[in-house]
Amino acid sequence: MENLEALFHGFAVALSWYNVLMMAIGLVLGILIGVLPGLGGPNGVAILLPLTFTMPPTSAIIMLSCIYWGSLFAGAITSVLFNIPGETSSVATTFDGYPLAQQGRAGEALTASFTGSFIGAFVGVLLITFLAPLVSRFALRFGPPEFFAVFLLTFCSFVGADTKAPAKTIISMMLGFGLAAIGMDTVSGQLRMTFGWYELLRGVDFLVVVIGLFGIGEILITMEEGLAFEGKHAKINTKVVWETWKQLPRYWATLIRSSTVGCWMGITPGGATAASFMGYGLAKRFSADGGKFGTGQLEGVIAPETAAHAAGTSALLPMLALGIPGSATAAVLLGGLMIWGLQPGPLLFVEQKDFVWGLIASMYLGNLAGLFIVLTTVPLFAAILRIPFSIIAPVIIVLCAIGAFAVHSAILDVWFMLVFGIVGYILKKLEYPLAPLVLAVVLGDKMEAAFRQSMIGPSGGLGAFWSNSLVGTITTLALLMLFWPLIAFAIRRLLGMQRANPVKAP
Amino acid sequence: MESTKTPDRTGGGGLSHSQVDAIAAAVIAVIGMVMMFDNYKLGAGWATDGPEAGYFPFRVGAILCIAAAVVVFKSLFGSARNNAVFVSWERLRLVLSVLAPTILYVLAVQFVGMYVASAVFIAAFMRFMDKRSWLSVLLVSVGVSVALFWLFEIEFMVPLPKGPLEALLGY
Repeated sequence: MENLEALFHGFAVALSWYNVLMMAIGLVLGILIGVLPGLGGPNGVAILLPLTFTMPPTSAIIMLSCIYWGSLFAGAITSVLFNIPGETSSVATTFDGYPLAQQGRAGEALTASFTGSFIGAFVGVLLITFLAPLVSRFALRFGPPEFFAVFLLTFCSFVGADTKAPAKTIISMMLGFGLAAIGMDTVSGQLRMTFGWYELLRGVDFLVVVIGLFGIGEILITMEEGLAFEGKHAKINTKVVWETWKQLPRYWATLIRSSTVGCWMGITPGGATAASFMGYGLAKRFSADGGKFGTGQLEGVIAPETAAHAAGTSALLPMLALGIPGSATAAVLLGGLMIWGLQPGPLLFVEQKDFVWGLIASMYLGNLAGLFIVLTTVPLFAAILRIPFSIIAPVIIVLCAIGAFAVHSAILDVWFMLVFGIVGYILKKLEYPLAPLVLAVVLGDKMEAAFRQSMIGPSGGLGAFWSNSLVGTITTLALLMLFWPLIAFAIRRLLGMQRANPVKAP
Repeated sequence: MESTKTPDRTGGGGLSHSQVDAIAAAVIAVIGMVMMFDNYKLGAGWATDGPEAGYFPFRVGAILCIAAAVVVFKSLFGSARNNAVFVSWERLRLVLSVLAPTILYVLAVQFVGMYVASAVFIAAFMRFMDKRSWLSVLLVSVGVSVALFWLFEIEFMVPLPKGPLEALLGY
């Protein structure tokens, strides 16, 4: 009940006219960012972050998180109408969304996916409302070793979740840690990896890294693939919306399943993309019409969108409660918190009540308003995609350059952005996951500080991470996750040996 | 088995996907070694008051080297090698046609300021990539720059690099 009270107070904060305005601006910008190729959640938020330096933190986070919701909603627009996912998390939406559009049912597909997104987000926000305060209260007892163990768990589960190329996930992460370590060491004051270069003293800002990797890198990839938009048209009116909504209760099982999967993948750093694929896969397996998936089933649109949005929303739970973001965009938001002078972590719920509950309340309002905006303005945003790439590309590059410059008013950062753009292009082509890199850049210093503080602590040495049952459990779990690919391989081997005639690996 | 030559190399196609993979990983390994070396100099060991400044990055560098070695090995000798061409010259040309003007643009920002450089950059892009009409080129490029100026200098008061033109206008 205490939470509800705090939440109502949060609504009062979020409903001030200035914050509502920021919400609306954020949503429209977010939809724009989600629709445009080359601009996505992480770098969209990163580019706009410098604009919020002078804003009150609560309004700033409301605007930026609404950009995030908007971009999540909008991913479906391009997937359904153009068969081009605007965000990686909406790749699975193209499987059934585009066939629906080809059959002239784009309006239905979009309504279903937006509504699914909204339901997924709603479940995610409910989870945050009731679980985040508990988690943060629990985490108040955490000392440096516990925090280091949780950081370790986050990064190890990235490695464990990657069955394709764990080595590349590790590389991506370590590059991030390396970048974070550049500059002055906060503990000893020594200069690390500056190679006598004065400008590197303050390190490489994560915003520059994000804008380069995701912004410029994405433009280069898009350019190479040569985009030609040939879109379907969508008509959404109240009748279509109503007809679609009437069908939705039939898919309650899918909605629940996808929301659950999404929330789980969001809290653990599985990410929205993985969640959307899992949501789609599960719906296909368990649905009565599973065989018809891929030919234009509404259920096949609802499932991935619900999961993606649930994951995207609940990724903010660990960010708020522990200071550990669950996705690349959440990592950028977390970086924003630090820039606005807030200390992310469990104390946030104690010291910054207005901020936290204002944000949570704005999630309810933002997603509701977002649903309304996307349902009413789809044709407008679809028209934006018909703007030729030769106009969009240079404008996005200009915005990236301004965003990178504005972080520290340093032209060197713009050059760094270019370098990271090229690096991002190559890494992306070589299928390196980029989210772990961003997370590592943002969290690197905090993780190292937690490590060093635990070393100085009473137990000293690496034994600190097994000094009590709580930290010991987390650390052991983390190591299990890290070696999961190896363990799974060993188990499969053992099972295979037991059988007389080994079955071919799937 | 590994000595079989890659059969599907299209004529004049350049490096294959797994070759680039190996090269990139090798570069990453070098980065890892530089990290180890630099932090070793700082002191990567254990002082009386806990780990030294280079302790953490030194180990990060070491892990980087090991992981990169795994990738190099996999890409050269692994079973799932991708022998397709990494990027064809045709496509590389497209990428460079964006990259080269962008580099010039960043260079120009330092001399004529963000707004003028942006206008010229957008205009050049529209004119040479797509042969848009001069009118639309002018409208979009100048329009975007003026809008950005209003947004950043006046609305949000975030100063961006300015050149002679802005000085002439009194900013």
